[in-house]
Amino acid sequence: MGAQLRLVRRRIRSVQSTAKITRAQELIASSRIIKAQQRVRAAGPYAREIIRAVEAVVSRSGQVQHPLTKEPVKPTRAAVLILTSDRGFCGGYNANVLREAQGLRELLAGRGVEAVPFVVGRKGIVWHRFREREMAGEWGGFSDTPLHENAAEITAALLEAYERPSGEGGVDEIYLVHTEFVSMLTQRPAVSRILPLEIEETTAEPSGGPIPIYEFEPSPEAVLDALLPWYVETRLYQALLDSAAAEIAARRRAMKSATDNANDLLDQLTREANKARQAEITQEISEIVGGANALAETIAGSK
Amino acid sequence: MTLHVELVVPDREIWSGSARMVIAKTHDGDIGVLQSHPPVLGLLAEGSLVRILDPDADDSGEAAADGENELVAAVSGGFFSVADDRVSILARDAELGGEVDKSAARAELEAASADAPAGGEESAEVRYARARLRAAGEQA
Repeated sequence: MGAQLRLVRRRIRSVQSTAKITRAQELIASSRIIKAQQRVRAAGPYAREIIRAVEAVVSRSGQVQHPLTKEPVKPTRAAVLILTSDRGFCGGYNANVLREAQGLRELLAGRGVEAVPFVVGRKGIVWHRFREREMAGEWGGFSDTPLHENAAEITAALLEAYERPSGEGGVDEIYLVHTEFVSMLTQRPAVSRILPLEIEETTAEPSGGPIPIYEFEPSPEAVLDALLPWYVETRLYQALLDSAAAEIAARRRAMKSATDNANDLLDQLTREANKARQAEITQEISEIVGGANALAETIAGSK
Repeated sequence: MTLHVELVVPDREIWSGSARMVIAKTHDGDIGVLQSHPPVLGLLAEGSLVRILDPDADDSGEAAADGENELVAAVSGGFFSVADDRVSILARDAELGGEVDKSAARAELEAASADAPAGGEESAEVRYARARLRAAGEQA
């Protein structure tokens, strides 16, 4: 067998096994995406009720005075929570989130605010370590199946930093950079501010009908005190779940195009291999014919 | 004449259905909710029980003592809202009485009590573990 043909065949085998791996990854992601979407849905009722309750307290008590809603006079430090994945093989998912976070960092710097990164997901942690950027908090190992405890832990760390004055290593604002799951094919990085809460005066009808005039037990202040941290936690938990669904969808798509590319490459390589084989056969035939002719001529010449 | 009740924790809905009366414990004491109750938004006491009486329970609520017409859930804390005959109970963590693993809850209670300083106020873990045992019908 010619060297050329052997080389092409070896590449075909390697591409074939790559295609098998990416195909398997694609199937795994396809089955997981359904579960991830179910988790997003299952967390829906709690989030809806919490948001409604916060709306109810805030709309009732008018001017709310609470540290979690107070706009800082002159912010100097802001926490930026970045949600990335633990594993790669998911296309531009992490790159997009990190680029968005970088944009936010520059935007904040323009306003004279220093960004303090809090990072979720090993890929983001490694990215920051490689650039020797200090992180105020890092969590990993749960990016595809986040639990509520994870959200609680992150919230505790963020609120702790929020309550400290910015001069002593605390922060004045908290931003969140995560990926929204728009559809199986589209995932979009998104930036939002978690704290302080933005209270909008609006005359629009709240979702789910007008808010009843609640009595508060024991008092509106006490209810708000307890509710706001839970609200932050719930928003965070939803973002984690949303990002998990987005991560898996991104992985599925990346693996699908990798499989498609591998199959295209296989077609091409098979053609190349056939050509090489044919060239070898042609060469052998012409050698035999040439040899036979030469032999015939020698015999004819000696007569 | 029923209430629609939802018992939810952050990652799922534990129970939903109709009930005649809901009894929850707040910091100031028990609150019973019947039909046409005015809207209330209140905080649940940490490690307390929520009792949901189903539509067939009789008026006194006493007949529910045998536990047949009553659903008891232990909650670790959270809040509840009542409006338009809908009761939403949002707990940080909750478990229905029938689903409590008694021996595990007992072990947790002992572990949590051992950690707590003597004479100090009971921690949230102690109270929740105790509430779970009580929900399961044990003495604690």
